[in-house]
Order: sequence, then structure tokens, then C-alpha cells
Amino acid sequence: MLTNKLKIRLSLLSGILSWLLFTFFDLYLLFVEKYQLNVNLSEVLPQIFLTTLVVSTLFFYRYTITKADSVNFIDLLWKVFITGLVTTIGSLLIRGFFYVFGNSTITENALTINFLYNILIGLVVIFLISTFVVWKRLILYQKSKSLIQLWTIFEYSLFASLLFDWFGYEFMSINFNTALIFLCIFALVLSFNLKWIAYLNFKQKWKSILFILLSGIYVFHFLINLLNLAETGVLSVNLLDRVFIVSLFVFIILYAGIAVLVTLFNLPTSSVFERKLQEAIDFQKLSQSIPAGQNAEQTYDILLESSMSAVFADAAWLEIKSDQKPTLITRGITDPTVQDIKDSVRQEYIKEILTYRFNGSYSSNKIIGTLGHPDFKSIISIPVMIQNKQIGALVLLQEVGDAFNREMVDIISTFVNQASISLENFQLIQEAIETERYKEELKIAKSVQKSLLPSEMQHNDRFEILGYSMAADEVGGDYYDVLEPADGIFNLIIGDVSGKGTSAAFNMAQMRGIFHSLAQKDENPASFIKQANAAMSRCLEKSSFITAMYFRIDTANSKMDFVRAGHCPALFYSASSNKICRLENNGLGLGILRNSEYDQYVEEHTIAYEPGDLLLLYTDGIVEAKNENNQQFSLEYLEPSLLNHINEPLEEVKNGIIGDLMKFLNGNKLDDDYSLAIVRFK
Amino acid sequence: MHMVKIETIKEDGYQLIEVHGEIDASSSIELDDALKNAAESASQILIDLSGLEYISSAGLGVFISYLEELKKNEVKLVIFGLNDKVLEVFEILGLQHLMNIKDNKQNALNFLNEA
Repeated sequence: MLTNKLKIRLSLLSGILSWLLFTFFDLYLLFVEKYQLNVNLSEVLPQIFLTTLVVSTLFFYRYTITKADSVNFIDLLWKVFITGLVTTIGSLLIRGFFYVFGNSTITENALTINFLYNILIGLVVIFLISTFVVWKRLILYQKSKSLIQLWTIFEYSLFASLLFDWFGYEFMSINFNTALIFLCIFALVLSFNLKWIAYLNFKQKWKSILFILLSGIYVFHFLINLLNLAETGVLSVNLLDRVFIVSLFVFIILYAGIAVLVTLFNLPTSSVFERKLQEAIDFQKLSQSIPAGQNAEQTYDILLESSMSAVFADAAWLEIKSDQKPTLITRGITDPTVQDIKDSVRQEYIKEILTYRFNGSYSSNKIIGTLGHPDFKSIISIPVMIQNKQIGALVLLQEVGDAFNREMVDIISTFVNQASISLENFQLIQEAIETERYKEELKIAKSVQKSLLPSEMQHNDRFEILGYSMAADEVGGDYYDVLEPADGIFNLIIGDVSGKGTSAAFNMAQMRGIFHSLAQKDENPASFIKQANAAMSRCLEKSSFITAMYFRIDTANSKMDFVRAGHCPALFYSASSNKICRLENNGLGLGILRNSEYDQYVEEHTIAYEPGDLLLLYTDGIVEAKNENNQQFSLEYLEPSLLNHINEPLEEVKNGIIGDLMKFLNGNKLDDDYSLAIVRFK
Repeated sequence: MHMVKIETIKEDGYQLIEVHGEIDASSSIELDDALKNAAESASQILIDLSGLEYISSAGLGVFISYLEELKKNEVKLVIFGLNDKVLEVFEILGLQHLMNIKDNKQNALNFLNEA
């Protein structure tokens, strides 16, 4: 496959060769004729090379002149202008030659005239073909199937006329005229494809008119030159006797003429087109500000500026209501004037918009108003809505009265809608970031809270102990802990703050503080619970309370004292009898009675234990867990589960109970915190 | 879906509140409203809990939060008709010491009249 560069070079080379051969044979034939030489040379040879010259030039320009797109129309016309300029200078030199040597014999010599004429042929062919290719690009800028078909027929007909010219029909002969008229009709029809003109702005339109008119002068000059030389009557090949050349002239002149007229008539409307284009660009800018992650201020600016330029407003402001203080952005107006104008509005509808009393959709008619203000007479005010709530207002002002119309409102509305989408997006992103931050903080709270539960529980060789807790939310309100205030004495607590989540977690932390300060001393459980109630009563919310069970384990004497403060009764397993006993002594939750009356409900009991006995503490999250039949796990299930795993290591006891609970739930979600603490005596 | 349905009926000499369904953290707000209204307008309140299937600690917290205020204003509160499960929850927490809990409406009314 040939590269484009190679194709250009080959066509250039073939063009130059064609011209040289054409000129050589043309002059040689003249020479033979003049001196009556007996040389048998076909007269077709110059014709062949003239044709190859045309075809090579055509290929050269087809490869060098690129396709038209909306930015290079003027470049294309510039090419025509420059090519025309260069070729015309060449043609002027030929005229100059005749002018200078007007009276000498040189200018009457047929050989000289024909040689110079052949140079002119080259120049004319270059200009015509290059212009032809540019016109083709412009005509086919926006192509349809039928247009391409028409053009193809036109091109083939032109090629046919190139061969037709070999027969040497003279200008104005019947065959010549028939062919010419046929081609001219095509040229005329094609000349009305001028869609590219619509894409020129005002300045570009003027430029193209200038270039085309200048090219017209070149065409005119070429025609004069060709006619002048034809008058000498010694030409062996007359370009004007060739249908191909004449039709090209006609086509180029027709298209140039129509293009100039259409461009001229389009001049007044080009500003409208430009404005529409600007609106489309502004709209695009607004839409692009959505994913670009620009901030709200940039969206406000784009909205204000594009709206103002779309309706030729003299001044404008944009007010956005926010939690702290409203944002007011103004253009061409001071803040005090804004207030003045707000006061001078008469229409109730517009007043509603300006004071954020507006909701629902607005009517285009009613948001245009007149003002009694000395500086501004016309006003448009459009509410900025997010999710059907007004968050702001865009106001546009004009110095003259009745300056705005409904069409302008429609444009502004689309701008405002687009901006609202952007703003809503910013809001959503902001909220997402906020949520992310809360999640992050909850994560921190979770890790803090985890550190509040003991990672290792204090014990001695007379018992082993294990704790386990799981929160329904990120943080929970369950608590268990153990402390050794004196040798062989262990204070053990399990607690459950009412409710769950963050507030429960805070109360749990307070409970831990109380435990760690009071349980350092070896006091009896009743005393601890009474003091804890007094302390917690001061920090618990009115409807919050804490249930707890508190044990004082005396390993030296193998006994434990305990108090139940409204907590689920702990289960005590006696190995000797293989039975479970619920530790159900009376007691009131902490914080339920917030005075000394509480103390009368505190009941302390004592149990002696033996090696192999086991104590199970749990929170209501376990016994109130419900399966899909709304059935609670309750003690009826917990006790058998404990008995089932009673001889296993503590870790397995815990896993066994949790496993049984999960089996019972059968996929139902737990919505409360749940905890276990297990003590096995040795 | 409403977890709880609370109806307040003005009877002769007392206010009757009927609770149906389940009371958890979110539905406890409705119980709080009903109790608040009753505490302001009546000196004797009867609460029918026979339709109550479950009460969470948040729901219990609502009852607890009114105990002191009702006592101070000498408003009498009687709850009755609790099913076994719900009664157990009240009793584990020790509320039977602080609240008047009766098994049916007649006993509840009798209690009001006795005092």
C-alpha cells in the first residue's frame, strides 16, 4: 500500500512529466507542420499528456487538501486564495512578456506563443483543479447518500468530458454546447450545498466573502489572458474549446457566486447562531461541573455568567440559602441595591420567590416582572430548587422595560435546572463524606469500647473464667469485668445498660469507672450496688437504667456472696447434683429508684460452691433473642444448652451455647447486644 | 408497619390506656406520649397490657421515667393483664416493688377504689 506522502510525490512527478511531454509533443508537432517535415507522429499524443496532466493535478490536490471540518473552512478558502495568487502572478508574467516584447518578432512566432500558452495551461489547470477540490470538500461537508451519488455522477461526467475533448469540438458547436449545458445543470444543482456557511461566525463570514471575491478576480484575469492569446489564432490547443475546462470555470464561478450571496444574507443571523452555540457551550459547562468535582461556588459563577449573557442582562444576583448565612453573589450591582430592588418588587409571585416562600413548579409568564426602580426596569427571578425545596433564587435585571421574554426564561430555566443538579450532587457528596466520617468515628468508638472490656480476666488457680460480648450496633451497652481487691477475693460484675448504641456505650463506660473505683476495695456486694445506684442515678438519663449482677468470690472459703440488681438471674450449676439453680433473689435495676429508698430492695445471698461447679452470667440479649416464629431463646433453651456442653472446656461451653443460639435463630438477625461470662470452680 | 397500637379511653374517674403489640426503642415514643397526656389530665390511670406481646428495656424505661413524677403528683397508676413473659420481664427488673401490677381489670379497678 502506498503511503499518502508517496502518493503526493508520485502525482506531482507525473504532473510535471505530463506537462513537459505535452509541451514537447505540442511544439514538436508545430515544428513539423511549419517546416513540412515528413515525420509520422500522432496528433493524439499532446491530448493524452494534457489529460494525464489534469488527472495528476487532481490526484495531487485530492491528497493534499484534507477533509473539511468546522474549524478549517477558512483554511480551505485561504488555500484557494494563495494558489490563485501564485498562479495569477505566473499568468501576469506571461502578459508582461507580451507587453514588453509587443512589437518584436518573438511575440509573433507561433512556437513562442504556444510555449507561453502551454505554461498558462499549466497554471490554469493548477488553479481550477485546486479550487475544484476545495469546492468538493465544502459541498460534501454534510453529505447525504443522494448528494454523494449526484457528486459521483458529476465527477464521472467531467472525466468523460476530458476524453470528449479529444474529438476537438469547437466552442459553441452543437455537441460542445450539449455537453456543456449538461455539466452546467449538475454544477448549478450542486452549488446549493452550502451548509458549511452556517458554521462560520460573523468574522469568518466576512473573511470568506473576501477570499471568494479575490478568487473571482483571478478567474476573471485567467479568462482575459486565455481569450487574448486565443485571438492570436496560432494556438494548437485552445483551452476555451474544451468542455472540461469551460465547465470547471462555470462550476467554480457559480459556486463562488452563490456562496458569496448566501454568506452575505446570512451575516445578520450569524449573531443568533453564535448565541445559540454559546448557550449550548454554557449548558455543557454546567453539566460538566457535575462530575468534575468542582465546588459549588464555581457552579454559581458559571450559572450567573451564562444566564446573563443568554438574556443580555445588565445586572444579576444569585442568592443561596444555607444553614449558616445565605450566599449572595452579584454582578453589576451592589448589595444595598439588591435590597432596594427586593423592596421595589410589586408582583406577589416574584416576592414569594425572593423570600423563599415558593414551592412547586413555576410558570414562565409570572416570573418576568417590571420594576419601579430608577436603575432597573425589568426583572426575571427564577427559584433554584433541590428536591422540590427552594434553596435560592437567580435574579436577572435589565435597565430598559419589557426586556425579557418567555423564550429567555426557558433558556435560563434549563441553566438553573442543570445547576440544581450539580448543587444537589455536591450536597450528596457532602452528606456521603459526613456519613463516612460518622462511620469512622463509630469505628474509633468501637475500638475504644472494646478496650473497656477486659481482654484477660483476673483469676487464680481455684477457678477459671471467660467473658464474651457481641454488640448489635457498632458499640454496645453490655459490660463484664473482674477485679481482685484482696488475695483470694474476686469481685465479678455483669451489667447491661438499657437501650443500645452510642448512649448505652457511654453509660457502660461510666459503669466501668464506678466498678473500677469501688470494687478495688473488699466490700460486700450489697454495699457496692447501693453506692453504684447512687452514683449512676446522677449520670443516667431519666428513662435509662442499668441491670447488673455482682459477685464477691472468696476462693479461700469456696463461697460467693452476690446481689442481683434487676439483671437476668445467673445460672449456677452444681456438679454434685447435676442441676442448675437460678439465682433469682430480689433486686431492682440501677437508676430505677434514684434515692435511698433503693437500698431496701437490695438483697444479698451467699452460696457455697464445690470443685466442678459452674456459674453462667448472661445478658438479656441471649434470652430475648427471637427466631422467625417470634419465639424467645429464654431459659427453657439456655439451661439445656448449658447442660449439654457442661463438661467441655470453657471456650467450648461458650461456643456451644452461642452455636445453639444461632441454630435456634436460624438466620434471624439479633438486634440486641449479648454477652456471656462463665466461671468454673476447681 | 406499626409495632404497637395504643388507645386512650376516657372512663368515669380514670383514664384507660390499651396497649397492643410490641414496644421497642422506636415504638416506646408512642407509649411515652400516651403516658404524658394521661399524667397531665387524669389522677387515676389504668393501663391494659393484655395485648402487649413484648417490651424492650427502652419500653420499661418509659414506665420508670414516670414513676417519680406520678408519685409526686399523687397520680395512681395500675397496670394489668400482663402475660407471663412480659410479667417476668417486669419482675426480673424488680418493678413489681414499685408499680401496681394486677392480673385483670376488675382487680385493677378494685385496687383504685380501695385506696
